[in-house]
Amino acid sequence: MNEKPEKLIDKKGIRLDGRKADELRPVKLQVGVLSHADGSAYIEHGKNKILAAAFGPREVHPKHLMQPDRMVLKVRYHMAPFSVQERKSPAPSRREVELSKVIKESLEPALFLELYPRTGVDVFVEVLQADGGTRCAAITAAALAIADSGVPMRDLVVGCAAGKIDDTVVLDLYDAEDKLGAADVPVAYMPSLNAITLLQMDGILQPAEFEKAVNMAVEGCKKIYEMQKEALKTKYMVVKEVEE
Amino acid sequence: MSSLVTKVRLKQIEQLLEKGKRLDDRGLLDTREIKIEQGLIERAEGSARVFLGKTEVLVGVKVSTGEPFPDTPNDGVLTVNAELVPVASPNFEPGPPDENSVELARVVDRGIRESKCIDTEKLCIEPGKKVFVVFVDVYVLNHDGNLIDASALAAMAALMNTKMPNYEIKDGELKIKQGYTPLPVKSHPITVTTGKINNHLIVDPWLEEEQVMDSRITFATKEDGTICAIQKGGSGYFTPQQILEASKIALDKAVELRKKLDW
Repeated sequence: MNEKPEKLIDKKGIRLDGRKADELRPVKLQVGVLSHADGSAYIEHGKNKILAAAFGPREVHPKHLMQPDRMVLKVRYHMAPFSVQERKSPAPSRREVELSKVIKESLEPALFLELYPRTGVDVFVEVLQADGGTRCAAITAAALAIADSGVPMRDLVVGCAAGKIDDTVVLDLYDAEDKLGAADVPVAYMPSLNAITLLQMDGILQPAEFEKAVNMAVEGCKKIYEMQKEALKTKYMVVKEVEE
Repeated sequence: MSSLVTKVRLKQIEQLLEKGKRLDDRGLLDTREIKIEQGLIERAEGSARVFLGKTEVLVGVKVSTGEPFPDTPNDGVLTVNAELVPVASPNFEPGPPDENSVELARVVDRGIRESKCIDTEKLCIEPGKKVFVVFVDVYVLNHDGNLIDASALAAMAALMNTKMPNYEIKDGELKIKQGYTPLPVKSHPITVTTGKINNHLIVDPWLEEEQVMDSRITFATKEDGTICAIQKGGSGYFTPQQILEASKIALDKAVELRKKLDW
């Protein structure tokens, strides 16, 4: 993509990749994909391909990070060098440090941290291929990995972005729309608690457009939430069949 | 702070909030007193020190020349870095930047970058080859809460104070001439952070409140009432209604601060 296309969305409201304004990319979820992690999940969200693994509750390393009154959640968001057009150095970038922090803070409200003092849960997110909206897809997968590990949760956490391309507020921006569009608003949400656990924005939005984008992202989250639950059920139904 | 002390303090803060009061006698939507000094570091091309209550942040701007990014050959380069200097808090340790200072730098950066308040095209010397590189270094000198708003304010004040060296190109070589031109600042984004303690929204949380609050949400807004950057932080959550309420608070507060600062 070298030239900026004249329009990111046409008069009929169709986007460059053929989607309507409020349409999600195809999402595929799989739970329990790694045999040595306590919990794991894989997500394909459009062309994003992301693997998440959860370990714990286990001892906290390094030890001085241990908390006497609660569990410590650690998250590492990391992009594979081959996940983007220009090779990315495997060393953690400032972007990855920030995303690790906001993803951690998006998952913490779902956990009963105070019930597991002196322990830690580590979540590792590996972005194998990126196509815009990786932090949201990473949250969707990470929440599934934690659920798969058996650590009790208040709710699953779902990630989905909304944004603005040309003059239209749209759901779930992919890479080209993210780069050429006017604004991107990633959101993470716990549907049964009506709780927004991650919200960021870059770009320019009128307050009314911002409100519309948040509502649209929340609706997107609710759709992916159903797929998350289905993916969890699918894993345990397969296990049952093997046992019989 | 130990968890027991935090719990006792949380109860006290909550009881006050129920009555619409805060530990330092502010109303829920009041910011602390703001003091700005500009140009106090002579070696830097621009500088500013901001006091937000007892929080103190010094920002120095250095301007040098370098190569532009390949995807933006006509734009100067802006980078923001933040140091949580160990003099500012017993909890800050020397060493490479941790996630808190990276987040602080990136949120300040986002507000400046997305608002397009610096005319980066005017920082271009030779397209694709040479541009001005503007380093904004945020130095937190005293941490009494709400480092984001104090740092964003100090960064803007320092940029407004920044002078670029005059230059000419002779035989393809860059020559620095006498004198300076001010950095092209087009607008002034204002950053307002709202904290949430037990479903109460409070503006400009200070240290004691930060230690007990669930989460925070930061909005950077422009003169025309548009939003240009957002960051939620902390291990709690907001309902969609609280998010919208916080955005309205931030927009109103920005209008008030603009009047006060004459920005």
